[in-house]
Amino acid sequence: MEQTVLLGDDAVALGAIHAGITAAYAYPGTPSTEIMEALLSYAEKNQKPIAHWCANEKTAYEAALGVSVVGRRSLVSMKHVGLNVAADPFMSSALVNIHGGLVIAVADDPGMHSSQNEQDSRFYANFARIICLEPSTHQETYDMMREAFELSERYHMPVLLRLVTRLAHSRGMVKLTKPREENPLSKSASSNQWILLPSNAKRQWAERICLQPQLRGYSESSPFNRLRINEHYRDFAVITTGMAGNYYLECKPEIIATTKSEPSHLHIGTYPLAEDKIRTLLGLVKRVLILEEGYPFLERTLRGILPQAIEIQGRESGHIPPDGELNPDLVRKALGLTIQSGVLAPEYKVPARPPQLCPGCPHIDSYGALKEVLSSFNVHLVTSDIGCYTLGAMPEYSAIETCVCMGASIGMARGASEAGLQPSIAVLGDSTFLHSGIQPLLDAISVNANMTVLILDNQTVGMTGGQTTIAPSSNLKNIVLGLGVHPEHVHVIEAHRRCHEQNKVLLQKEIEYPGLSVVIAVRECIETAKRKKSL
Amino acid sequence: MNYDILLSGVGGQGVLSVSAVIAMAALEEGLYLKQSEVHGMSQRGGAVSATLRLSDAPIHSPLISLGSAHMLLSLEPMECFRYLNALSKNGILITSTTPVKNIENYPDLSEILAQLRKIPQAHLINTEELARSSGSLRATNIVMVGAASRHLPLQVKSLERAIHSLFERKGDKIVEINLKAFQAGRQAV
Repeated sequence: MEQTVLLGDDAVALGAIHAGITAAYAYPGTPSTEIMEALLSYAEKNQKPIAHWCANEKTAYEAALGVSVVGRRSLVSMKHVGLNVAADPFMSSALVNIHGGLVIAVADDPGMHSSQNEQDSRFYANFARIICLEPSTHQETYDMMREAFELSERYHMPVLLRLVTRLAHSRGMVKLTKPREENPLSKSASSNQWILLPSNAKRQWAERICLQPQLRGYSESSPFNRLRINEHYRDFAVITTGMAGNYYLECKPEIIATTKSEPSHLHIGTYPLAEDKIRTLLGLVKRVLILEEGYPFLERTLRGILPQAIEIQGRESGHIPPDGELNPDLVRKALGLTIQSGVLAPEYKVPARPPQLCPGCPHIDSYGALKEVLSSFNVHLVTSDIGCYTLGAMPEYSAIETCVCMGASIGMARGASEAGLQPSIAVLGDSTFLHSGIQPLLDAISVNANMTVLILDNQTVGMTGGQTTIAPSSNLKNIVLGLGVHPEHVHVIEAHRRCHEQNKVLLQKEIEYPGLSVVIAVRECIETAKRKKSL
Repeated sequence: MNYDILLSGVGGQGVLSVSAVIAMAALEEGLYLKQSEVHGMSQRGGAVSATLRLSDAPIHSPLISLGSAHMLLSLEPMECFRYLNALSKNGILITSTTPVKNIENYPDLSEILAQLRKIPQAHLINTEELARSSGSLRATNIVMVGAASRHLPLQVKSLERAIHSLFERKGDKIVEINLKAFQAGRQAV
């Protein structure tokens, strides 16, 4: 079949399509966004598969689960923190009898290029006792995606494909294999295995645990776990997982040149771990270096708490930094190779250039008005959220004071207000509001919390590149009214410099009002507006 | 043969489009490649970098070790300084002299250029002027591809074909402007 150059995320999408998925669901989040974008553009040309953005990762997961119960294959994709949102259906779906293959592609962001934490999704797979596949190349990403669906149907469980930023957002070559047909519609024969009443859940969970030796058996024989033994060199060995394998392979010729021999090497691509392979390797050497992207998942497993027969080097021993993303130089250093010096910069200090709101961004006007209004109050709290508008934290605006997770702004403003800090203002984007802001707003309504919610409605999912929101801008006001905010305290304003004075007057009035108010500041994202113009 | 390129610039300048042209030409010549990109928050007007690695054998890492890049190709003069430690001592530095001044404390441009001129392997390209004389200010990135072409292990014809296929759907006029911009950049090195 043909060979092509694919972005890691594209390889996930194409692997799923060729595995015969019927449907895919997702919420945008860096570095996973391009998976759904690739599916959408494929679906536009080929009228399949079904591919949709959803309100959030939980609803996306549940839709995929629905596809599975009727026997068809589905993909759900998200960034690592999205799996926290989807954790409820994820954890419990590990107990049902998955029918049509269900694969969760999760893109972790070690180094936090575009995220609020660097959690490692391998822990989630381990937590749920399901199979996790961790590709190291674009080819493996495609092949593993196809394999993941087979495994999901063989073991009747969801399978997690763990990507990292450097794979999701790099391009490499992929040989494609023959596409498989979709599954026919065939509802799961037994609903007992899908009704997680305690009596059923106990049985399902026990079965899941009993299955673990079989899953390890799969890992022992999987070609994604590659063991290269050199019995003649017993000084040290290397274990790599996923992307980290590449950095080692890059250094291998130099290692061979310095040691005059080739260290034994185990590369791990599937979980639960191939324990026999690990034991075989570690039986040979005095020292092992563990290279894994993300948390020291494998390292901690091997280290345990009992005294060690062999020296384990990794993030916990200080051979690799305890946090952050791997790179070729960190791996070189851990392997004892010299770091090459480059063309050193002249004695010249370069100022930082952090990301910033685009010139002409509607959020700039909203923050301008809000800041001027708040200057008349001695104390105040502005909670905020995840999106482009989080850049309002930058010194030129210093307009927000918190950013924790999707939708947290509203709940936090409510709590702060009830605890006595007023005025409390929650600022979040339209898509964040639709993702996780509706329910905390219901809470606030139930107590008529003394707070103001400012929804910055730029009519798109901005930070991830301008995806369509799950409900159009024109519906936002109705959603807020329908939840039960008093109509006198729901306003739609234009986020524009020319409305500055009137916006200030309105914000002042609503912030002073001793109850719940919602102000929706509308103006289209400057980037999506530009894009439409150039079409 | 291995050839590692580090590209730098400011989010929104089109670092990835420069990389895409070179990658397309490399593919046509049957080379292996790996390319790393930036998406998301870092794209919003901040410092961005990308890597493009070409080889006649399979490539493992998408990232480049310090001191090992064959070329640093920068769309913005100040941004070079962040990545000079990645450039091999025998490597080539090609940078645009047109600044993106979206920060308050942007240093004095003449000082930046004076520092850059001290680097023996540096080529400073006035992309703005060359793009304008080619017919469009939007062709600055293709000027940079042209400048890079002097040192890339790729044939001019494959780069020109890549430019052609990239701009084809925008019409002959745009293709012509960009091919002219490519030549202008090429002549400047």
